[in-house]
Amino acid sequence: MKKISLKQMKEKQKGIVCDISAGPALQNKFMSMGIYKGREIAKISHIGLKGPVAIKVGRSVLVLGHGVASKITIEIQ
Amino acid sequence: MIKKIFLIGNPNVGKSVVFSRLTGVQVISSNYGGTTVEITRGVLKLGGQEIEVVDLPGTYSLEASSKSEEVAVTILKDYPKEECVVVNIVDSTNLERNLYLSLELIEEGLPVIVALNMCDEAKHHGVSIQVDKLEKILGVPVIPTCAITGLGIKLLLERIAETKPVERQRFSHRQRWQEIGNIIGQVQQLTHRHHSLREILEDASVRPFSGALIAIAIILVSFEVVRFIGENLINRIADPIFLNLYQPLLAKLSSFLGEESFIHHLVIGDLINGRIDFKQSLGILTTAPYIEFAMVLPYIISFYFVLGLLEDIGILPRLAMLLDNILHHLGLHGFAIIPVLLGLGCNVPGILATRNLESRRERFIAATLISIGVPCVALQAMIFGLLGRFSGWYVSGVYLVLLAVWLVLGIILNHTVKGYSPELLIEIPPYRLPSLSTLWKKLFLRIKGFLIEAAPLVLVGVLIINVLLYFKLFGLLTGIFAPVIKGLFGLPKEAVVSLVMGLFRKDVAVGMLMPLALTAKQLFITAVLLAISFPCVATFVVFFKELGLKDLIKASLIMLTVALVTGTLLNFVIH
Repeated sequence: MKKISLKQMKEKQKGIVCDISAGPALQNKFMSMGIYKGREIAKISHIGLKGPVAIKVGRSVLVLGHGVASKITIEIQ
Repeated sequence: MIKKIFLIGNPNVGKSVVFSRLTGVQVISSNYGGTTVEITRGVLKLGGQEIEVVDLPGTYSLEASSKSEEVAVTILKDYPKEECVVVNIVDSTNLERNLYLSLELIEEGLPVIVALNMCDEAKHHGVSIQVDKLEKILGVPVIPTCAITGLGIKLLLERIAETKPVERQRFSHRQRWQEIGNIIGQVQQLTHRHHSLREILEDASVRPFSGALIAIAIILVSFEVVRFIGENLINRIADPIFLNLYQPLLAKLSSFLGEESFIHHLVIGDLINGRIDFKQSLGILTTAPYIEFAMVLPYIISFYFVLGLLEDIGILPRLAMLLDNILHHLGLHGFAIIPVLLGLGCNVPGILATRNLESRRERFIAATLISIGVPCVALQAMIFGLLGRFSGWYVSGVYLVLLAVWLVLGIILNHTVKGYSPELLIEIPPYRLPSLSTLWKKLFLRIKGFLIEAAPLVLVGVLIINVLLYFKLFGLLTGIFAPVIKGLFGLPKEAVVSLVMGLFRKDVAVGMLMPLALTAKQLFITAVLLAISFPCVATFVVFFKELGLKDLIKASLIMLTVALVTGTLLNFVIH
């Protein structure tokens, strides 16, 4: 078990959301889009070093800006 | 007694298509979330009674996070529950995520009926949903639909009457997702499928290298196609009609009226070398219709055809992801590319689409950048009209200058405008094969919109110019602005008339430039100045409505400054 930020995950790696350090508004937004603690996600790609990250949550593909992505910590096997 | 039907659902589940099905009112729908930013209303006849149907902008939950979501939620919560039915439109291919809003709606005590939309696509993806079971668990009617073909809409209507609020325990966020997990486990079966070509493309489109290649190829091809269709419509259809059919008629009218009469001046305008010249005569029956129908309309058709294709396939959100990095330097995020692309057609829907951006700062920056740096179709057609006869570098040059202005101004605004800019957080829709009927309807709506809004303005614009020219009333204007126009921009002072009238509508500006016999350099500078200033009076109006007087004044001052600086720079740099 290792905890890393969503940014640090490799492409195609899977993991479980273990922490979201965001204000209540963003937490809610994440929540309504299906990103919450305990949820399994898979990283698809990221664009450049400071670019957005694409992840797969359930059946949706979501894109998160760099700053937002770095607020999410993932637990990987 | 049901008085209203609200359509609500996540972004990009096809609410607008259902709306069109229910009311017969055609609205624009695309394959990305956030197409509908305004509340659309229509009327449905059900059992001899007329019920208003309201199409709300997409939202993921009842806790709104953008202006357009807020609008949806407020309207819904303020309306008396006994008098409405809430049709919750759900994307069957992604039931899990969609159920969050469904549960919120039911918990809120609203009379909900669920439309499991895109059920044909779900089948395609190997998703099967046990509708009866879902209905039992939710306690509200659930109807599988496919709005594009109309499947299930009749059944939906039949069951609207039995919709009523149900008692349901209020969940916390976490509990709600847990409950959704349970529900999905019971009602949804997935058949595993091998990766299709489409999925491979979808994947490639969100990876940095392949994604950029695909995006560049798409943009280049799009530009070429727009140009090809536009040019052919002009050369093969519009021009022949005007020159071979319309002109002889006008020539007869012209000799009947007599060249010197006031009426002739208004209707036909001036004869150039004894003949009607559609680009220069400036009459309300000559130049006005020619500009609209033979210069602008063909490009409107080709641009919106291509844009519609890109929208419906699902390319725009992918561009948003790829451009996120660059747009961050301008105080925006990737999604802002969508209003910008819409702005390339017409700035008005572009500025409206900024409602999808979360913060006011972002909206101000995006709207200002659109109105100053993004040329609409009419404006682009004018640029082609002015510079097309010189080498291609002149036309490309205008675009390059605009791009530079756009970037520099964006960076400056990013460092000066107060407030915060949130980050990109969007969903990427699957690639979809566009439905021809949606595509056609959308194109038709946009062309109709253009004709209704633009054509009368151009007519009025040409008329005003005509009267002013006839009575030689432009003298004062040219006198006041002569130092700037001549001294800084190196243009003849008469050019100010065209620049000022250009604020009314760009299309009318060109006819007035022709007689000035400008050099290539002067034409280039004029084209850039026209492009930088707001494209038309409608842009001012929508800017005012969306962002208020203060921001409009700010943006206008920025526009004047940018025009002044760029015009002067170009004048002294180009030789």
